[in-house]
Amino acid sequence: MGEMRDILLEQVERLLADQSGPETLRAVEAGVWPAALWAEVEALGLPLAMAPEEAGGVALGWDDAVAVWVALGRAGAPVPLAESMAAAAFAAAPGFLALAQPDGTALWGRAAAQVLAGDGRLHRAAFTPGKAQPSNEPWDRAALPGGEATLLAGALVNAAKMAGGLEAVLALSVDYANVRKQFGKPIGQFQAVSQQLSQAAGEVAAAGVAVANAGRAVARRGLAGAAFEIAAAKVITGEAVALVAAVAHQVHAAIGFTQDYHLHFTTRRLWAWRDAFGNERHWAQRIGHAALARGGAQAWPDLAAREDA
Amino acid sequence: MVGLRFDLRDTPPEAPALRAELRAFLAEAGRHWSPRVRAYSWMAFDRDFSREVGKRGWIGMTWPATYGGGERSFLERYVTLEEMLAVGAPVGAHWIGDRQSGPLILRLGTEEQRREFIPRIVSGELAFAIGLSEPDSGSDLASLRTRAEKVPGGYRLNGRKVWTTNAHKCDFAITLLRTSPAPDPKLKHQGLTQLLVDLRASGIEIRPILDLAGEEGFNEITFDNVFVPDSLLIGTEGKGWEQATSELAFERSGPERYLSSLPLLTAAMDSLVEEPAAPEAIGRMLARASTLRQMSLSVAGMLQDGEAPAREAALVKDVGNDFEQALPDRIRALYSGPMPEDVAAMQTTMNMVARSYSLRGGTREILRGIIARQLGLR
Repeated sequence: MGEMRDILLEQVERLLADQSGPETLRAVEAGVWPAALWAEVEALGLPLAMAPEEAGGVALGWDDAVAVWVALGRAGAPVPLAESMAAAAFAAAPGFLALAQPDGTALWGRAAAQVLAGDGRLHRAAFTPGKAQPSNEPWDRAALPGGEATLLAGALVNAAKMAGGLEAVLALSVDYANVRKQFGKPIGQFQAVSQQLSQAAGEVAAAGVAVANAGRAVARRGLAGAAFEIAAAKVITGEAVALVAAVAHQVHAAIGFTQDYHLHFTTRRLWAWRDAFGNERHWAQRIGHAALARGGAQAWPDLAAREDA
Repeated sequence: MVGLRFDLRDTPPEAPALRAELRAFLAEAGRHWSPRVRAYSWMAFDRDFSREVGKRGWIGMTWPATYGGGERSFLERYVTLEEMLAVGAPVGAHWIGDRQSGPLILRLGTEEQRREFIPRIVSGELAFAIGLSEPDSGSDLASLRTRAEKVPGGYRLNGRKVWTTNAHKCDFAITLLRTSPAPDPKLKHQGLTQLLVDLRASGIEIRPILDLAGEEGFNEITFDNVFVPDSLLIGTEGKGWEQATSELAFERSGPERYLSSLPLLTAAMDSLVEEPAAPEAIGRMLARASTLRQMSLSVAGMLQDGEAPAREAALVKDVGNDFEQALPDRIRALYSGPMPEDVAAMQTTMNMVARSYSLRGGTREILRGIIARQLGLR
């Protein structure tokens, strides 16, 4: 398992490093399907990786898949690979599979061979093009059967992408703080700056752990059995976005407020991804209602028992 | 992420049975703990309780059997700690001995010191304090000035320590002292030495200091020509700084760095069922508690493997302190009317005690400085 994860991660990271960048992300925002990049991920067999072998996949586990999605998020997720992988875990089929929210909206719905809808089934659908805010990613709408079948998977996909995007934003901010000089020294040497970045690093680490924990829980107990961990991951990554994006823009100052410099590609995506498949409030309320129904005396035992054998 | 690793760990296979044993014991022992006692958590000092804990083998769980230890895993110890903290058990009388003093004596102490002290820490009989801060030396600890002058057969101590948690109730303090002047202001970490000081020795005066919430939780220790025999030197003279700081991963990564205020959350929940803002707020808190627990377990796993994850520990403490410190105010904010009496008693005390969370064991600012260095800043 660990070995397969390493191989896949290396392939995905190399591919993203070689064939993706700000220009890819800009094209996506203009509605240009990243055909070349998609052809590459298909050639690597990635979209079907989570499907069983008889369906053309390698039965990649959710914990390993989450690691791939974090890597995608680090690069701004230029292709909707995470969504397609998660959809194929439900029902394998060739081509790009979109993952719809319960309201029938889906990232890149217009380019999908089929879409996994809220009823947990694949459909062929005509999508009306739209845009996600504020990322400008294609976010299209179709009349699809409702239901919450995709909600947990979609939340995990977006939490994982956020964990990666958060890492990228922190790294960019640290690099900038080490290079940008004012008053004769790099601004990162001022405590007023470095303490903010340290706090952001704590949130980035928490986001990564929450997402890995959720992936492990799904691998062990399935999506429904990991509802708490997925909800926690979506809450923690969403909360992290608020702080980390704020610190990143404060550290970058004016240059980060422009479209000339590439920080905005990731921060705008983070702000969009935290709204996809249930925002922090949605998932926090789910956790809270369940815990209140169980009662205060049960809160700690329930938490502690999550990963006990 | 930037060189910091948090690989997920599993709780040990023994966890369910161990938890059942601990919960049965804590439910019985905890029947009379007041909300105030629970609010103080691991700073609450109760020797009788610690002796009972010792009797059951829950102090020194990872230490060699030769000295009375349990030879169990770090992760079993972790389970024990988190179960105690989750209910606000008054673990203060054995906490420091179990977490720091015992491991230090086992690692650097003489055979004689191990035989003398370790079994009595394990039984819950000996309570330890850590003498670090001084009136003019807090975060800049290496600037400390309390002297230990070499005399025939031992050392003579003169000076003052402050903020030494529970020292007036403890038996011994592992104390960091200056045995030789720093050769240069930039080399102030040299010439420091750790001595095991018997807090009942002649020439020691301990004046309790009332804390914000009205307890005598810490104090000022004055050393006036106090004699400490050579047999109570820990490790090597002059190497005190390296010795003291090598334990920081142990000190900073434990579940006590995020769980200090959890008993308030669980105590408040049943009276919040009708409050409209409660589900979201409680969900956010539980999401964070669950995540911090995995981060803390990850560091415990690295310690189990013999690594020294001091920077990861600093980060977990910083994120954990933010959570546990904000919790009392977040709970208060959920009530549209007055809090129930028992919740109010815990909340008002804990809100005061919580000021210490981001001070003790390294201030927020010091921790963020450590993280900044790891990030490659400075």
